[in-house]
Amino acid sequence: MAARINEADIPNSLLFESGAEAPLVLDSGASLQGLRIAYKTYGRLDAARANAVLICHALTGDQHVASEHPITGKPGWWISMVGPGKPIDTDRFFVICANVIGSCMGSSGPTGINPANGDIYGTDFPLVTIPDMVRAQARLIDHLGIGTLLAVVGGSMGGMQVLAWASLFPDRVFSAMPIATAAKHSAQNIAFHEVGRQAVMADPEWRRGRYLAEGTRPVKGLSVARMAAHITYLSEAALQRKFGRSLQDRAMPTFSFDADFQVESYLRHQGFTFVERFDANSYLYLTRAMDYFDLAADNGGSLATAFRATKTRFCLVSFTSDWLFPTADSRQVVHALNACGASVSFVEIESDKGHDAFLLEEPNLFATARGFLDSAARARGVAEGGR
Amino acid sequence: MTEETGLRADQRLIFDIVSSGARVLDVGCGDGVLLDHLARAKGVDARGIELSREGVASCVAKGLAVIQGDADTDLTDYPDDCFDTVILSQTLQATRRPRHVLEQMLRIGRNAIVSFPNFGHWRIRTHLLLHGRMPVTENLPDSWYDTPNIHFCTIRDFVALAGEVNAEIVRAEALDATGRPMGVKMPWWFWNLMGEQGVFLLARR
Repeated sequence: MAARINEADIPNSLLFESGAEAPLVLDSGASLQGLRIAYKTYGRLDAARANAVLICHALTGDQHVASEHPITGKPGWWISMVGPGKPIDTDRFFVICANVIGSCMGSSGPTGINPANGDIYGTDFPLVTIPDMVRAQARLIDHLGIGTLLAVVGGSMGGMQVLAWASLFPDRVFSAMPIATAAKHSAQNIAFHEVGRQAVMADPEWRRGRYLAEGTRPVKGLSVARMAAHITYLSEAALQRKFGRSLQDRAMPTFSFDADFQVESYLRHQGFTFVERFDANSYLYLTRAMDYFDLAADNGGSLATAFRATKTRFCLVSFTSDWLFPTADSRQVVHALNACGASVSFVEIESDKGHDAFLLEEPNLFATARGFLDSAARARGVAEGGR
Repeated sequence: MTEETGLRADQRLIFDIVSSGARVLDVGCGDGVLLDHLARAKGVDARGIELSREGVASCVAKGLAVIQGDADTDLTDYPDDCFDTVILSQTLQATRRPRHVLEQMLRIGRNAIVSFPNFGHWRIRTHLLLHGRMPVTENLPDSWYDTPNIHFCTIRDFVALAGEVNAEIVRAEALDATGRPMGVKMPWWFWNLMGEQGVFLLARR
């Protein structure tokens, strides 16, 4: 708990803060006074400032893409993709990863202090959208003195940010790699998110969102939300392969409600470890941001309008067993990009690992990312890597 | 195959036909060897569609803008006139609706280049005549029941199809067994008998 609050208040990351003189006006109409973004960088910005790659993290991700997590001590969440000699090669690229606003790892969010009254925000924090997150990141990129990013890359909610970046700031995105994502959140996905939020809010310890002020924590509710969500990140085949009907440390069922099955034990563990590192209100805010995402609706109902006259090079990736963001969602984006004559690649990767495949060892994903980024770097005249 | 380029004989001819700097879509681009060559040597804006995941992955790794898709269904996604040239090399015979594909190619591109194996070649005719069975040759190695090639045609069939979709034949070549163009003065019946492949440049009328 102490570590978590610490990480939200005094993160073990770089900090970009802009004062009340430049509030961030949000899609809701509210203004965020005193924007704060916690971020990490890897590699070196080249003299031409042309080699910057922005990684956008997913719902429960953070800025620690390739460095140890300060709370869990686990390695970065995408070290198979980002690092020296990796597809997103930190010997060649200047990699930036920022905690999204609304999250709980040091950027402005519901765990922060409301300047209006000095209290912890809780649910008084204004609702943020995916475009709001991106506009906040754009301030950070300004601050870092970078005009156009060589690439913006991300999966799931990160992929939504990639699409929003390409739509809102087409001149600042040389290439874009949205992975396992969609231009709008589906009814089914909104439904799953609502189950998660209701689980959090049904926990008496949630205290109408004021749990930090009141010294409680809705760990049961958040843990159930995580368990339900985690199922959607996997696939039937992956669950079967990993667990089947195997029992947990016992030869016979106990005829009780203990976690007899391995899959139960696994989910409980997922829920249990999640609450150690994540804030319940942030979970409400970020799931809401994804629910509201509909890039076509923001552009008069036409997704092609969102990318009109774009010069950005796109590479979309989906996974065969991802039922949260199925291939059809990616194809919809590809269709719209084709209609604008955009340079677009699209590959559906065969995997039985479900939505989470984008975070796992998928050699075809790595080869695709490497090839795409390498060609973007060559087209922009970025020097070869150090190795 | 030639050592230096890795291009097939029909692809070498197609490479020559495509104009420098053109906007090109290669439908069924495989591992992207033709597109890659066109992009590097002729500066074309190279795009592709490929059915196989392995093919697309290999193209993207080369830095080509290729999407996984199906010629039969996905060409309708493109707006009119968005390409100068649309290429269909050794793929026509594997489509479910060759006429539809050809019409779509001529809608989205100013012209179309199509290469296909000629089922009127004498070797195929004699195979059928003498053995009474569907031909299995070096270039067409699959048995009838597991071949991806479901719509074979002859050079004369293709000429007729071009007429039906109201396309102008700007250039036609027949390649012999060694992959060399057979010369321009030959009549259709001779090409249809002696050509192993046809390569056509079509334009919308």
